[in-house]
Amino acid sequence: MGLDFSVVPGWLDTILLGGLWTIAITLSAAVLSFVGGILFAVIALYAPWIVRQPFRLFAWLFMGTPLLLQLFLIYFGLIQIGINLPAFVAGVIGLGLHFAVYNSELIQTAIVAVDKGQMEAARTLGLSRSQALRKVVVPQAVRDVIPPIGNNMIALLKDSALVSVIGVGELTLSAQLAIGRTYRPFEFYLVAAVCYYIINLGMEAVLRRIERRTALSR
Amino acid sequence: MDWELILKVYPYFLEAAWVTIQLSVLTVALGLVCGALGAAARLSRFALLRFLGAAYVSVIRGTPALIQLFLLYFGGPQIGIQLDAFEAGVIGLGINIGAYMTETMRGAIISVDRGQGEAARTLGLSQFQAFRKVVLPQALRLMIRPLGVNINAQIKGTALVAAISVVELTYTAQRYIGSTYKPFEMFMLSGLLYMAIIYATGKGITYLDSRVRLQ
Repeated sequence: MGLDFSVVPGWLDTILLGGLWTIAITLSAAVLSFVGGILFAVIALYAPWIVRQPFRLFAWLFMGTPLLLQLFLIYFGLIQIGINLPAFVAGVIGLGLHFAVYNSELIQTAIVAVDKGQMEAARTLGLSRSQALRKVVVPQAVRDVIPPIGNNMIALLKDSALVSVIGVGELTLSAQLAIGRTYRPFEFYLVAAVCYYIINLGMEAVLRRIERRTALSR
Repeated sequence: MDWELILKVYPYFLEAAWVTIQLSVLTVALGLVCGALGAAARLSRFALLRFLGAAYVSVIRGTPALIQLFLLYFGGPQIGIQLDAFEAGVIGLGINIGAYMTETMRGAIISVDRGQGEAARTLGLSQFQAFRKVVLPQALRLMIRPLGVNINAQIKGTALVAAISVVELTYTAQRYIGSTYKPFEMFMLSGLLYMAIIYATGKGITYLDSRVRLQ
């Protein structure tokens, strides 16, 4: 069986729709992983022992196991305790939490690296500890790790393909749908790969802009 | 926690962990070969090789590993490549991690001080000798830790072959989640095995790194 790309145009709208879903899931999970990363970093560094230790265990588990396994846990685990989430939501939560843990590691290091004088000065000016963290220390820390967080977001885009296994109708699953009807795996996976590559290029361009905007101009 | 169930199914998970270890070793070995070739191409004197190396890295790192795996396993037969799921997993993931290792190795090589190569050339070594005897040994020392990061990621990355039905840890966990409806127990069981493998590998890398580190 050779290659025959003539079947592709008929399925292009399905594939493109899948591509839009991939972008939607990537953006939602990226926002969750960014906000979650900041939150997790503050918890890991400043929360009382009773919160911090279980949290560290959770982070350790999430960093040491494959994302695919975590997606299965979240999707089927939530069903088991009676929460029947749509696959899209489960996928966003899974991807978002997974990368939040990685972002949190980056942000923790950056928070520790922010000059001690920043916190002291903020406290002297009358800010409470949490205000000083929120308005002075964390923003500086986050700005410092924008480039590596950007790398995580690129990784997130590619890992979003995994949510096809729990039935989210994104780009990979759209390709599979077309393959199921046409029996042309090579053609459609290649088309999907090209779509991912283009989304990837677009995302890199956007991230580079953000990096330039947030870099300190000294 | 259903301990009785865990005691009943853990032998299957151990067997699956062994498959995961085999997959990890083979993909990392292939990845190192691809990485070395890729780095050599990217640093070559010939523009064509440099272009090929850059294209390899860009295409592989710009698309999901899962799609690459599907393309090879399901699409391969259409272009005359007939592989079973395990072989496709090893080759697909090995080529994938190789692109990341290419960048790691290239980074280590170019961060060796320029003067080292130049001094070796001045002392009468040929370009190749200077690279092999002076630059490369220093670069190897620099690349062990970052390669360790790649390897750690790859161990978790082997989970992808569950999607083409290779019976490894994640596939086994998925199957038992489906048949027992105990996702948490199955996650813990396979998660601990993954972490044991990653922990042992990490120890090995740290040991290797300490052996070559300069005092």
